[in-house]
Amino acid sequence: MNKLMTTAIAGVAFGLTAFTANAATLDDVKAKGFVQCGISQGLPGFSNPDSDGNWVGLDVDVCRAVAAAIFGDSEAVKYTPLSSKERFTALQSGEVDVLSRNTTWTMTRDANLGLNFAGVNYYDGQGFMVRKSLGVASTLELSGAAVCTQTGTTTELNIADYFLENGMEYEVVAFEKAAEVVAAYDAGRCDVYSTDASGLYANRLRLTNPDEHMVLPEIISKEPLGPVVRQGDDQWFNIVRWSLNAMINAEEMGITSANIDSKMGGKNPGVQRFLGETGTFGEMIGVPSDWAVNIVKQVGNYGESFDKHVGPDTPLAIARGVNALWSKGGILYAAPIR
Amino acid sequence: MSSPQNSFSLRKIVYDPKIRGLFFQTILFALLLYFFYSIITNTVENLQSRGIPIGFGFLDNASGFPVSFKLISYITSDSNAKLILVGLLNTLFVAVLGIITATILGLIFGVMRLSKNSIISAIATVYIEVLRNIPLLVQILLLYYGVLKTLPLAKDSLSFLGIFFANIKGISVPTISFGSAETPFIISIIVALIIMVALRLWSRKRQEKTGQQFPATKIGFAILIGLPLLILIASGWPVEVSIPELGRFSLKGGMTISPEFIALYLALSIYTSAFIAETVRAGIMSVSHGQTEASDSLGLPRNKTLNLIIIPQALRVIIPPLTSQYLNLTKNSSLAVAIGYTDLFASAGGVLNITGQALELIAITMTFYLLFSLLTSMFMNWYNSRIKLVER
Ligand SMILES: N[C@@H](CCC(=O)N[C@@H](CS)C(=O)NCC(=O)O)C(=O)O
Repeated sequence: MNKLMTTAIAGVAFGLTAFTANAATLDDVKAKGFVQCGISQGLPGFSNPDSDGNWVGLDVDVCRAVAAAIFGDSEAVKYTPLSSKERFTALQSGEVDVLSRNTTWTMTRDANLGLNFAGVNYYDGQGFMVRKSLGVASTLELSGAAVCTQTGTTTELNIADYFLENGMEYEVVAFEKAAEVVAAYDAGRCDVYSTDASGLYANRLRLTNPDEHMVLPEIISKEPLGPVVRQGDDQWFNIVRWSLNAMINAEEMGITSANIDSKMGGKNPGVQRFLGETGTFGEMIGVPSDWAVNIVKQVGNYGESFDKHVGPDTPLAIARGVNALWSKGGILYAAPIR
Repeated sequence: MSSPQNSFSLRKIVYDPKIRGLFFQTILFALLLYFFYSIITNTVENLQSRGIPIGFGFLDNASGFPVSFKLISYITSDSNAKLILVGLLNTLFVAVLGIITATILGLIFGVMRLSKNSIISAIATVYIEVLRNIPLLVQILLLYYGVLKTLPLAKDSLSFLGIFFANIKGISVPTISFGSAETPFIISIIVALIIMVALRLWSRKRQEKTGQQFPATKIGFAILIGLPLLILIASGWPVEVSIPELGRFSLKGGMTISPEFIALYLALSIYTSAFIAETVRAGIMSVSHGQTEASDSLGLPRNKTLNLIIIPQALRVIIPPLTSQYLNLTKNSSLAVAIGYTDLFASAGGVLNITGQALELIAITMTFYLLFSLLTSMFMNWYNSRIKLVER
């Protein structure tokens, strides 16, 4: 009977506490001492393990910026590699605090999945890669082709739309893991490999003979990629959004990890606000006043991060293009810190 | 001071095991109810607070999700419900074919393992032990990439008789369509099959009664071929054959069986056949050797001994574990997602990714797998009770 009582009490206790999820992600994160960040299972340039097994990339830098803002330590991050199919469930269920995994901002995802996009850290578009030997010069010649892609992506939906729109036939073969897609395309199962253009450049390096393949000129969709958080926690949303904005604003103001110390105590009011020397910007979002300093010092500004991971001097060799600042011919534009 | 009588009856109630049991069961039941109630209300509340809609309305929305291997016509503007149906049929298709093949292979290897010929039994032993001990997912991937690596590119397709082709995109076969006569044609086949069965039953009855034989099988087949042929001739022979031919990227026309399906089907069949072989072996060994000896002494040939004496008795031992192998095969087919075959799990996953209705979709998926499992079990139980020993 004693046993029965204990079970009953435990049952009641569990019933009361089960699923009483709390909204304050920041408190959780502070209590844990780190940010749990959802990333890809390996996409060079965006989130990929380096030779020492540390995750690096443009998407990883967003996670690191958030940790730098909160803890003053960009290393206070733990990573959860997620397939495209798993990612939203992982965020919804609270397995990760933020999802920074080349995820396209779409209306359904924003409005229907209980999630919010905190900004855009890379403007992408969907492209197609084929074997040079096929002699194809345009996507409009692809009628009847087999296309390899990943499940749970905007890619597979865009393909359906595009081929339908142009009255072309197609066969889609969709795999759960990026590695499987690449292997199947490499083996010749598909004539075409389609994903975000950035992903094409990254995964081309994984093919047996990268030089035998080419990316077709057409871009068939808009893929604004950005970090995602759960809906309903505005404070956390603000922290992620403004950590990214800080990186972009730093580039615009010419603040880099190398020169930030020399900017301290200067007279430019905008820079003073950025550095936390005036105003209470950190306090507004619930982080220390030197939050932006820590982001730039430890992670760098957006331009530095871009050049380091995907820029012209990396194997991906992606030009800034639309991802340049609005003031330099691109569309990258962050709201001001004021 | 209470009367001893009174306190005695109270005591009696408190210590009555029946009443006490009832009391605690009621409490436990109430707690359980409360437990589930709070889980459900909490979940609903949490979903609402995050703006995730609840309900099955999403099933009517257009899916937008492309599927290449499908048994019914489906386009991306069709509903999510239809997409799930496409996946469900793909699961049933690979499961049913897999079950048939696995049973045949399992029977063969199970009997082989018992063979007196040591080479034959060694082959069976290796087959069974190797396949049983490699994880299924590994076998699926191995077969898939194996299939891909062995088959040539589309432009160098292997061809048989100029109408069958094999390349890395699958095996292409010609298809026949009957245009306007499609429905009557199918009906005529069904009618012919019914006539065949009726004929057999009738001829058997007649033989039992009068001893006269009737060539039921021959005549039955004649009807099976003749009736549909008649229908086609009557409707002006609207037969069209579509033979695959090489297009720019792959073969056009006919029907193509995708390598994903082939790999999944083979892997499921082979893997499960190893387990079935062991079940068959155990079943046969459970039939006492005296039965074989008795049959031998009656002068029955070896194959008749096996078919008429051993197997019917062994089946009683084989059927229950066989059922669970069939269920395993069906459930294992959900590994399809690894190689891009759109089964129930993959199609529901596709809908989940687009709509985010996790709870609803998991409930749907679970219900279908459960339903299929229950139906299989019911059928096998029925079959088992039909073949059980009838004592006279
Ligand atoms: N941006 C698209 C596609 C994202 C995506 O999953 N891309 C693939 C191919 S580049 C990928 O990142 N795979 C890496 C992985 O699964 O770990 C989306 O959000 O749906």
